[in-house]
Amino acid sequence: MGEYTLLMKKSIAIPDRWNMFFKQLIKEIYKLGVDSLWIVIIISVFIGTVIAIQISLNISSPLIPKFTIGYTTREIILLEFSSSIMCLILAGKVGSNITSEIGTMRVTEQIDAMEIMGVNSANFLIMPKMVGLMMFIPVLVIFSMFTGILGGIAASHFVDGMTPYSFEYGLQFYFNEFYVWYSIIKSIIYAFIISSIASYFGYNVKGGALDVGKASTNAVVMSSIMILLADVVLTQLMLT
Amino acid sequence: MVEVKDLTKSFEGRTVLNDVSAVFETGKTNLIIGRSGSGKTVLIKNIIGLIRPDSGNIFYDGRDLLKMNKHELNMLRREMGMLFQGSALFDSMTVLENVMFPLDMFSSDTVKDRKKRARFCLDRVNLSEAGNLYPSEISGGMMKRAAIARAIALNPQYLFCDEPNSGLDPKTSLVIDDLIHDITHEYNITTVINTHDMNSVMNIGENIIFIKEGIKEWQGTKEEVITSNNQALNDFIFASDLFRKVRKVELHEQEAEKKK
Repeated sequence: MGEYTLLMKKSIAIPDRWNMFFKQLIKEIYKLGVDSLWIVIIISVFIGTVIAIQISLNISSPLIPKFTIGYTTREIILLEFSSSIMCLILAGKVGSNITSEIGTMRVTEQIDAMEIMGVNSANFLIMPKMVGLMMFIPVLVIFSMFTGILGGIAASHFVDGMTPYSFEYGLQFYFNEFYVWYSIIKSIIYAFIISSIASYFGYNVKGGALDVGKASTNAVVMSSIMILLADVVLTQLMLT
Repeated sequence: MVEVKDLTKSFEGRTVLNDVSAVFETGKTNLIIGRSGSGKTVLIKNIIGLIRPDSGNIFYDGRDLLKMNKHELNMLRREMGMLFQGSALFDSMTVLENVMFPLDMFSSDTVKDRKKRARFCLDRVNLSEAGNLYPSEISGGMMKRAAIARAIALNPQYLFCDEPNSGLDPKTSLVIDDLIHDITHEYNITTVINTHDMNSVMNIGENIIFIKEGIKEWQGTKEEVITSNNQALNDFIFASDLFRKVRKVELHEQEAEKKK
């Protein structure tokens, strides 16, 4: 924990050169964010569809109105899936990418080379990743919400037991705009957790390629646990 | 000139460097030699400030490295160039971008001038054609040359090389040795090379420091290596038949010259 705090202190500093920082930032936004767009869209569409089908199958009572399917699908996607579950998935994709990149730089002495030049390597390598992911993750969350709901709407057209009209009515029923903000705020905090923990594990790798792999796995496990823990705390703080 | 005084460093109770003192002269290729695990790399890492010694002093032209604050250390590091064993080129950048990196970070020149300087450095190491290639697309020898170009981009006063010939064939090793030697004389810099390549010792060893089990065992020039009576040094340098024969011939020639 102490080492992690010290690394964050070293990373979150005024960059030596702003133009180099922005150059890195654009690269990281593209690599960590834009490159994750397709996986987010694919997963969200399918999970949105599955959620709608599952709810439709489980709510077959005539006492429960059909629009409940759309309403419940929306609430699940907005409140939990597009932020927490999506970030757990991104912890695997983005987290392992960050750890393996920084870890490889460590074991091949590229970080030492930066330090010898007098460059704050932690600031140069880690801060653009953290800022980039935190900036782009709301875009991923919004895409996930949108495509997840589209998946649900698609299911309402093709699956028995629900109608598009009732589903769309359910989507609009008692809509609380704050839930979107709640999801975005959560995801920004998760983005910090993913990028900082993955960077920490990568930056402190000792050994060779095998150790980079181990660090990558440990980073994903630790980020996932911290995301789940943060989810509980944030839900308690923001929704109750 | 770089000077180390009474340098001692231990790891978990094991002494790796024991009271090492040495002077690395300006305008000369200073070689640190010794067997694997003798403490060469720890010595060079102490000198460049990557590891802090337990005791002793390190002076860069009279400036004590260990008494410098963070800012002073960063300023000193801008006077250093380092060639790592594995080249340590940044994978995500082209060769030209690698050479431009220190300039981008610290030079106040325009982009055009920085590019011009980087191209000049690449030209100096005969690598002008590889500027747009990535490190993964070039050979080991070219990577070393690119790393030398990057190391000299900011006109360093001190150049450190950790096993510059490791993994290279003998002919390419000679090219790298000659390049380092020429650059050292051309720019009058203090070059410290960590090596166990005997060809380098015989080729460019202007000031050689022999480390054995963390202790400075011997210091001299490549000419003095031949005539030295230090048993540990002779066991290390002339371990192979070839070098024993070279020594015999050299000694024979020296005797013949004396008789003349």
